[in-house]
Amino acid sequence: MAKPSPSPLEQRRPLSPHLQIYKWSPTMAASIAHRFTGAALYAGTLLLAFYLFAAAGDDRSFDFASALFSSWLGQLVLLGYTFVLMLHVMGGLRHAIWDAGKGFEAKARDRLSVGSFAGAAVLTVLLWIVSFVIR
Amino acid sequence: MTQKSTFRTPRARVKYLGAAHSGAHHAWMMRLSTFALLPLTCAFVLIVLSLTGRDFQSARIFLGSPIVAIFMLLFVGVGVYHMTQGMQVIIEDYVHGERVKPLALMANILFGLLIGAALIYAVMRLSFT
Repeated sequence: MAKPSPSPLEQRRPLSPHLQIYKWSPTMAASIAHRFTGAALYAGTLLLAFYLFAAAGDDRSFDFASALFSSWLGQLVLLGYTFVLMLHVMGGLRHAIWDAGKGFEAKARDRLSVGSFAGAAVLTVLLWIVSFVIR
Repeated sequence: MTQKSTFRTPRARVKYLGAAHSGAHHAWMMRLSTFALLPLTCAFVLIVLSLTGRDFQSARIFLGSPIVAIFMLLFVGVGVYHMTQGMQVIIEDYVHGERVKPLALMANILFGLLIGAALIYAVMRLSFT
């Protein structure tokens, strides 16, 4: 019979506490949001495919898709899609800045993280104002 | 002491599971596709904005014009590549089951290929019919 190991696995391997242990920080929120929005955009390709196939069909399929996207629920989904896309783009920009080796100081990284939320919100509002003006 | 200095589990060592040595390429391709997608997403947003309020005929003419179709193809192609590579990382981070993980990774590639082919088909159909 083998004796139980003198140092069990848990003691030999470094352990890090899980997510809920940490106090929320802007960088953490931005990181999670980046991953979440990425996954949402993954599903969002189905919306794009639906619209493009409807447009590639006949006038009835196009009008059906248009009516769906013009309904209040459709508009809400498109508004959410706009914000999610803008937030992910802001995240991409933030990562590009960090990849360049800039913005790692405590203040700068928090500012970049909060700024990506603010930037996405501003861009979303601006785009929707433009869409209401031209429609 | 040697056991202490490794992050790999004993099981992974026994099974000779280690780095696949393609991680740097994956990370670099994510960066490259990010840079490509920044201007392409701007083009996509402009295209969607231009579509607001159009009826069937004018939407068809717009989506079938060469510049719009080319930018849509580039956005869809690079975008689907980027999102499939990104979803792979999410799966690798959260899915650990010995059977589920490879299945999830394959399902991800399958979805990327299917949706990519479907989107490209739709864009081309808008140009050529």
